[in-house]
Amino acid sequence: MRIKILGLMAAMTVLAACDTTPTATNTGAGTAAATTPTAPATSLSDELKTQVGDRVLFAFDKSDISPEAKAILTRQAAFMQKYPSATFTIEGHCDARGTREYNLALGERRATSAKNGLVALGVAAGRLQTISYGKERPAVVGNNDAAYAQNRRAVTVVN
Amino acid sequence: MKRNFRRVPFRGLCALVLGLLCFAPEARADLTLDITKGNPQPLPIALPNFLGLGNDGQVGAQVTQVVSADLERSGLFKPLDPRAFIQDPAALSGTPRFADWKLINAQALVTGMVAAQPDGHLRIDFRLWDVLGGTQMAGFSYNTPVQNWRSVAHIIADAIYKRITGENGYFNTRIVYIAESGPAQRRIKRLAIMDQDGFNNKALTDGRALVLTPRFSPSSQEITYLSYARGVPQVFMFNIETGQQEVLGQFPGMTFAPRFSPDGNKVIFSLSGGANSQIFTQDLRTRKVTQITSSAAIDTGPSYSPDGNQITFESDRGGTQQVYVMNGDGSNQHRISFGPGRYATPVWSPRGDLIAFTKQEGGNFSIGVMQPDGQRERILTSGFLVEGPTWAPNGRVLMYFKQTPSNASGSGDSTRLYSIDLTGGNEREVVTPQDGSDPAWSPLLQ
Repeated sequence: MRIKILGLMAAMTVLAACDTTPTATNTGAGTAAATTPTAPATSLSDELKTQVGDRVLFAFDKSDISPEAKAILTRQAAFMQKYPSATFTIEGHCDARGTREYNLALGERRATSAKNGLVALGVAAGRLQTISYGKERPAVVGNNDAAYAQNRRAVTVVN
Repeated sequence: MKRNFRRVPFRGLCALVLGLLCFAPEARADLTLDITKGNPQPLPIALPNFLGLGNDGQVGAQVTQVVSADLERSGLFKPLDPRAFIQDPAALSGTPRFADWKLINAQALVTGMVAAQPDGHLRIDFRLWDVLGGTQMAGFSYNTPVQNWRSVAHIIADAIYKRITGENGYFNTRIVYIAESGPAQRRIKRLAIMDQDGFNNKALTDGRALVLTPRFSPSSQEITYLSYARGVPQVFMFNIETGQQEVLGQFPGMTFAPRFSPDGNKVIFSLSGGANSQIFTQDLRTRKVTQITSSAAIDTGPSYSPDGNQITFESDRGGTQQVYVMNGDGSNQHRISFGPGRYATPVWSPRGDLIAFTKQEGGNFSIGVMQPDGQRERILTSGFLVEGPTWAPNGRVLMYFKQTPSNASGSGDSTRLYSIDLTGGNEREVVTPQDGSDPAWSPLLQ
């Protein structure tokens, strides 16, 4: 169920990206995704989610990359080198234990932190966009520390 | 939305002053002088149904109900049970028999009548009486299209509130907020608007795009808010009259946390540069964009002082979110919150005397106020999550949203709007059809 939702969100992000940033590379990827909605993106995105690891987690009110997160970003960077024509959006998220506007900024800071990590690992910055959802799109529902920890995340999505 | 009121000057200005003196002085002192301590005893007030003349349907009784509900919800008035009334309301077209109202301990009495006019308008008269002094305190007459009767009722409630407390009312106002539905992971959020008493609720957007943090323009005709309508979060403008939605401008990053300047000529907001966010203004006439802050931190939540000369905002430049104040041009930035915990969402009172905020400490959230110099911090309410205060135009009442967490089985989660008196008393739910968040109070409507 969760996978399906994430797939939907990824598709939405592709359309959005193609709406707002009509750069040469994005238009190519966006058009392909728009005409064949799921086929290529889904297999890539499945690989990213199940083989590579599509998300890194953060401590409360923090955006620095932990050693665990660094390991995931390293795998993501290798994945991105394997598919050099693919572009990605990194979605920054927060747990519900913060105020709305600050969390929008914090989500953007987390997405940027993950992006910078990937760029430092050799991924071209032009292939990576960021977007913040603040506390608006939790991955896990629940008012407990375990849920909050899963929601403080930067999720890499195939455009 | 053009309203057509003919206001007939009220009689008895001298009677008003005398009437106020005749009221229980302790109660009046509580209402007018001390807004920071205690909760005044609500003033007993009698509101017999306005007489209906001509073919007014039930409008007379409905007007009375709206006035009575407004006054009751303020916590400052106690409308008396109509079953206790001695004098027949039908006999109330002239001067009341004050003894009859004294007997049931009414201190104030409101009488009125509604008459259908030949042109289809309504004429609504009301009088406010000082029962103990035996004098008329106020009297107005309104000529209005039938569909505006609710606005006139709110205007009457505002007039009563002002006569008795000495302060402007806040009943003829509207609330813009976010109506929420659906599961947390795919929450649907719509811009919605309603009267301050929850009536005339209406969705302004269809829910396809995530929208957040609406705020009124000083004219109450426009709303600035955040929308994901174009895929990325951007500040938008919504024209209430035309329904038109328009992006504020093109910026190289997320724009968020918008608010109008007090003169309505500018929108102040944050622009994200990735790791940091800075405060900018855009002039709505010239489109000129001006950068106000330049820190390496998250600077957001800007709110102007009512004179437009200063701005309060939150920043984590010191390590965690705290409230700051600066001049309108960004000079003299200084921190004003120094208590334990995080301070966020500062909003300057329309009176200029206080800044409301959301505070996060020890796993709880609170709504509080402090002076613009950071002194006299006071917490009004606390809970699992309370956030986003907005001021009534008279600076006496705040509204915010409160989330009640789900229970162990994951149900029962709700997010609702609440209002509270500046004293911290009289907390009331503002009932909305669905869950609600991010309320913003309009100025007093004209």
